Order: sequence, then C-alpha cells, then structure tokens
Amino acid sequence: MTKRTIIPFGPQHPVLPEPVHLELAVEDGKVVEAIPSVGFIHRGLEKLVEKKDFFDFVFVAERICGICSFIHGMTYCMVIEEIMKLEVPDRAQYLRLVWSELSRLHSHLLWLGLMADAFGFESLFMHCWRLREKILDIIEETTGGRVIFGSCKVGGVRKDISADTLDRIVKVLHEYEREIKEITDVFIADGSVKHRMSGVGVLSKEDAYHLGAVGPTARGSGVDFDMRKLRYGAYKNISFAPVLETAGDCYSRCHVRIRELFQSIDLIDQAARKIPAGPLEIKVSGFPEGEFFARTEQPRGEVIYYAKANGTKFLQRLRVRTPTFANIPALVKILQGCDVADVPVLILTIDPCISCTER
Amino acid sequence: MIEEQKSIGVTPAELVEKVQVLFNDGWRLVQIGCTRLENGLELNYSFDKHYQFFNLKVAVALSNPEVPSISPVYWSAFIYENETQDLFGIKFPGLVLDYKGSFYKTSVKNPFNSCSEQINIKDIKKDLAL
Repeated sequence: MTKRTIIPFGPQHPVLPEPVHLELAVEDGKVVEAIPSVGFIHRGLEKLVEKKDFFDFVFVAERICGICSFIHGMTYCMVIEEIMKLEVPDRAQYLRLVWSELSRLHSHLLWLGLMADAFGFESLFMHCWRLREKILDIIEETTGGRVIFGSCKVGGVRKDISADTLDRIVKVLHEYEREIKEITDVFIADGSVKHRMSGVGVLSKEDAYHLGAVGPTARGSGVDFDMRKLRYGAYKNISFAPVLETAGDCYSRCHVRIRELFQSIDLIDQAARKIPAGPLEIKVSGFPEGEFFARTEQPRGEVIYYAKANGTKFLQRLRVRTPTFANIPALVKILQGCDVADVPVLILTIDPCISCTER
Repeated sequence: MIEEQKSIGVTPAELVEKVQVLFNDGWRLVQIGCTRLENGLELNYSFDKHYQFFNLKVAVALSNPEVPSISPVYWSAFIYENETQDLFGIKFPGLVLDYKGSFYKTSVKNPFNSCSEQINIKDIKKDLAL
C-alpha cells in the first residue's frame, strides 16, 4: 500500500514571497490532493468604504494591489460611474485604456521574470525585469508614479498625455517590441525552458470553465473569455480578439502572456491613433444610489467590483472579487497528479497575487 | 451602460435547484458575495455565459443565517462560501470543503457582520489629524 505523506508548502516559500499555504498530500512523489489556505494577512479594505468618502476611495482601491493598481482604481471608478450614470469623456476613456495596457505590459514582464527565476534561468529573469523598467519609466513619465498611478478619478482622469508624448511612447514601445521578442523567443524556443513547462500542469478546457478560471489561466486552456470583449470604455472603438492557446499546460499559460505583450502594444498604438481631443473629466455632484457589478480584465483576469450605495457619501458595500481568488480552485485541480518538484512552477503559472486576494 | 445585468430573488430553499439549472445550461459561477443590510443579510450569486451576466439574490435572516451550499454543484463555490462564512457568519450546510471558520485568520470573529457606521466626515478628518 502506498504511503501518503502531507507536505506543507508555504506560507513562507523562496519561490513565492507572498503568504499562501498549501497542504500537499503526496504519494510516490506525486501530489494527490492539495488544500489551499489563504487569509494570513486579510486587510478588510472592503469594510473601509463605510468610513471613507466614495469619491476618495479610489486611492484605497488602487492600493489593493501593487502590480495591477491602476485597473483596480479604474474598475472602482467604473462601478460608481455606472451607478451615478456618469458619461466619462472619450479622451479619458482612451487614456484609461493606455494606462491599463501599460499595466498589463509591466505585469506580464514581471511574471516572465519571476517564472525564469523559478526555473533557475537568472539571466533571463534580469532581462525581463530590465524591459519592465522601461515600461515603468513610461508610466512614471505619464502619471508621476511607478506603482500607484493616481491618475484615475470618478468621472474621468487627473492627468493628460500630450499628442507628442503619446506618439513618442508608441515609437518607443515598437522599439521595445524587438527586444521583447528577443527575450520571449527564449521562453518559446529554448529546449530546457520548453521541457520544464510543456505538458506540465494541464488544465482541460472543461475544468477551466467549470472551476471559474479567469485570465491567461483560462485562455491557456482555450476558454474564449476576456472581459475587454465587453467593450467597456475605449475598448469599444478598438479592434481586438482574445489570445487563446489550447494545450492547457504551463507552456500555454506562458505563451498567452507573451502574445498579450504584443497585443497590448498594438492596443496602445490603436488608441494613440484614435484618441480624440476633449475634456478629461466631468463634474460629479450628488451621491450614488443603487448597485452594479463592474467587470474588467486585469493582467491576471477578470476582476469584479460590486458596489451597493444608499444615497450617502459612504457606500453600503463594496465587494472585490480578484482574479487570483477565482483561480485558486483551478490551481488545486492543476496540482493534482503533478510531481512535488513542479509545485512552485505550477503555482506561479496562475500568476498569483496574494495582495489582491487579501484585499 | 457597460452591460445589462439581470437579477432575480430566490429563497434559500429554492437556491440549489435554480443553481443546478444554471449549471446544466452551461453558466459559469463568477462570484458569491454578501452584504449586511439593516435587518438581515443579502447574498449575491453571479453567473456568466457568453458575456451575459446573471445574478441570484438570496435574503438571509439574521436569526438563522444558514443557506444550503452550492459547492456540490459548482465545486469552486467552496472558496466563496468559506469566505462568506468567516466574514459574515453564514453557515453553508453541505459545503464540500469546510474550513470551519479558519479560512481567514481574522482577529475579530465575523468582522463584516455589522451594520455600516455612518461616521461624520469631521470625525474622520479629526482621526486623520491625530
């Protein structure tokens, strides 16, 4: 009879410096069951809406995550704008798109670096983060911040990007495109990298769908699901199709993120060519009353902001369902049957953000 | 309007049956969330199919905060139900993976199960100044 051993993984682990714990039941070096555990640093930020003016809460929403901060702030603004029936000016919508895609670029480059580090390719990790720094420089130039942008507000945006700057950014991004291709070709073609990820941690299309997987985790399994297809904001004026891979393994999830890098550059290019002149914001008066679920696409997948407002300056409820939270059941499925040695790499392929999860 | 969002109310007794119908029809569970109202709790079960959003609302009495688990239908629901159990104190009989209140390590039991404190903004400014 095979002996079952329980191996604790985390909440402190060299590969994942964020607190998530997994209880791994192992038989003959294979994981047969994984029980996830989060909640070590739950911050209760959702409860803060009861004491913080709805207009100012965008600053808290942005601080839910240090990577996809802008999209958190933007989605919060969207749910309030929807409840208050505010028409955000077109120029603000395009600028939100540009900053969203810059967020995706820096998040995916960060993930590629972490992935390279996880399988022991340190020079590749450094190149990925070198390129990420260039994206952060653009973000800093246009918003003044590198992590927290602070450029989104209820009713529009706080900052503008001049036409000249936007043209230069697009030109620079196309130059980076060549460098990004050079680096990502290593992930796609290098034999050792491919060997580490191909056929490992397979998530079928059916499982991805029924387990509620989102983002590159779902699209890597062939699930055609990208919230940008809701055509929110300026996405309604941009030509776009979700990036899909079908193998469902680590390599597929990695490949989706790589292809999305080039897609984001293309979306910024399209936005720069179509952005209209006009105001950056509309005046907001009164208090929200009603409820709505705003859904957008973060680098890790669909994020949901639910707000219920009662006509006062404080919201009655704000609920944030983050993509990592939605991907945990899929992660449990991916881990079943894998080698113990593959566990850190498999966890990384859902691009977990525990900061978001512990909102 | 970003998207049309249809929402209907169901009783706790009807919930699992309605959810099974949605599952059989190919809907994806998007999230389960809870709101503390003045006289009770309100659960939102959100689903998506081909980018259509659908929501089931369940009113829960404070005297008996119990709703049957939908995790036997949607396995992934265990994560949302454990979260709601820990933050709001609702019990979900039939939960396939029950952490029994240890999913979130909070210093206060059921921290979200209290009504909004409508604090005066002047008090907040005073607090911030401190």
